[in-house]
Amino acid sequence: MQYKSQSVAKLYFIAAIGLFVAQILFGLVMGLQYVMGDFLFPHIPFNVARMVHTNALIVWLLMGFMGAAYYLVPEESETELFSPKLAVLMFWIFLVAAALTVVGYLLVPYAGLAKLTGNDLLPTMGREFLEQPLPTKLGIVVVALVFLFNITMTVLKGRKTSISIVLLLGLWGLAIFFLFSFYNPDNVVKDKFYWWWVVHLWVEGVWELILGAILAFVLIKVTGVDREVIEKWLYVIVTLTLITGIIGTGHHYYWIGTPEYWQWWGSIFSALEPIPFFAMTLFAFNMVNRRRREHPNKAATLWALGTGVMSFLGAGVWGFLHTLAPVNFYTHGTQITAAHGHMAFYGAYVMVVLTMISYAMPILRGRAANSNKAQVMEMWAFWLMTVAIVFITLFLTAAGILQVWLQRIAATPMSFMDTQDKVALFYWMREWAGVVFLIGLLVYIWSFFCKGEDKTAA
Amino acid sequence: MNSPAIADIKVHHPPGDLAIWVFILAELLAFGVFFTTYVVTRMHNVALFDEMQLTLDRNAGALNTVFLIAGSWCVARSVAAIKLDHRAASARWLLWGILAGGGFLVVKLFEYSAKFEAGINLATNTFYMFYLSLTFFHFMHVILGMVILLAVWLKAHRGGYSAADHHGLETGASYWHMVDLVWIILFPLVYVMR
Repeated sequence: MQYKSQSVAKLYFIAAIGLFVAQILFGLVMGLQYVMGDFLFPHIPFNVARMVHTNALIVWLLMGFMGAAYYLVPEESETELFSPKLAVLMFWIFLVAAALTVVGYLLVPYAGLAKLTGNDLLPTMGREFLEQPLPTKLGIVVVALVFLFNITMTVLKGRKTSISIVLLLGLWGLAIFFLFSFYNPDNVVKDKFYWWWVVHLWVEGVWELILGAILAFVLIKVTGVDREVIEKWLYVIVTLTLITGIIGTGHHYYWIGTPEYWQWWGSIFSALEPIPFFAMTLFAFNMVNRRRREHPNKAATLWALGTGVMSFLGAGVWGFLHTLAPVNFYTHGTQITAAHGHMAFYGAYVMVVLTMISYAMPILRGRAANSNKAQVMEMWAFWLMTVAIVFITLFLTAAGILQVWLQRIAATPMSFMDTQDKVALFYWMREWAGVVFLIGLLVYIWSFFCKGEDKTAA
Repeated sequence: MNSPAIADIKVHHPPGDLAIWVFILAELLAFGVFFTTYVVTRMHNVALFDEMQLTLDRNAGALNTVFLIAGSWCVARSVAAIKLDHRAASARWLLWGILAGGGFLVVKLFEYSAKFEAGINLATNTFYMFYLSLTFFHFMHVILGMVILLAVWLKAHRGGYSAADHHGLETGASYWHMVDLVWIILFPLVYVMR
């Protein structure tokens, strides 16, 4: 570790992994509820399990991004963090807010939670992924602003690199677009329209910039390829991302009551969204092939390559599958969307955060890389989780295709619930793949405690 | 040793930076998808597209084609000039290229304002949806191309390029030719072909 203040990242990484476990456990609960509807009812109803599953994911990824930024920015800027104390304080505020929110979801009925937390003052609740009560939302804004202040001041007082500037652009965008979660117009078309400005412009816009910056940083470190070369790729990826991703928002506007031209714009631009992801795959493999050093941390390199491949498959290919308006007309809101969501989130954002943790955590613990034994275990975890997510995606895709056929295309279409019964086999297989994922995650956590000969000290 | 066989081998590589070529190919792919969609949609609505095409201002389109081709020629002259180390001439040619781009924008704005005054918008019909989207998408690329040329010109003006080193100039020029190339397809496709 080159700068003492980078150590605040450790807190964020540990909390991120903790929330990751919670996310997976609730995923397994709701996965089972797909086939055993009354499992854990009335204590944890499906809607609550789903809320915890998705919100925990978002919060732990945000924790991961923040930790990554606190690690990356001092090193890129060649200066200590502007205020490590502020970073630690924000960590605890964020963690407590997240914990209280989950407790609220689990213990209070949602409508009661809304009443309790002043949703009538400024109604923002009740929308998918943005279910958080008003105080939590405000807390996120405060934490994000203080975090951005801290990071931006660090960049301003130190060296400015393309990587830190792209990262800042992504993080500022993340904060700015979150503000649309406070805008909740009565008109349901407008409501959905701006809801996507948070949801889509995060994951298919500004988060990709964060992803690109983190990946570029780790690749410079593990491959030793010239910064100039890596930065050039980063700029190309960023430009392609913004061109395709921003107008690509249109693929959510097909059936919500917006003008018809969105079907054209959405189809054409989002059909091109795989390109930046493909560029990212080429980027990762190219840089590793041109490496000028053999970094002792093989696991981090594996995660980086995995991010390149899986983000292209999950976000690029599985997104393209159902992005064209004539296809989406049939597939909208089916299990095909769920398949895409799982692989895209894992392949792009989970994996990039784990790439950063894999690279930074050993250094934060005082060594350049973990012992060979620990790395082998981490790579096992990589393969278990990655193969499991591939199968989850395949089973959900199969369920989705069958669902579309039975419910929307067949001569005598079946009802939603009857169709769900017909695809139950795939839900069972998905659940077992989910169990394998959990095993992979446990192996991953175990690898942190695995003893063995340390490699060279950092 | 200077064997003639080796001396004869020319290494061919695209002019300018590799990154701009990745970008150019992605741009061409984007426009390619857009053009293909236009063609396929037209096949299903030939009568509407033919009727609507007649309402376009072909003279303005032709004038703009001249502007862009002339602009590309100027930029090509600029590259040729720098290869002979004629730095002032190279910068001057670039400026003419930028002016040609400006001419394109002015003509296009007149064209747009006439359409908007007639109450035409994206929802008018499928043809106009394509016309407005495609030409506006290209319009934005002309602006981006001009910004790139302007950046190159600033450096050229200060004598930043030479016969030995004009990598940046070729990079900017390559992008500008792409903008021109797209229009050369767009103009006949949307304004002329029936």
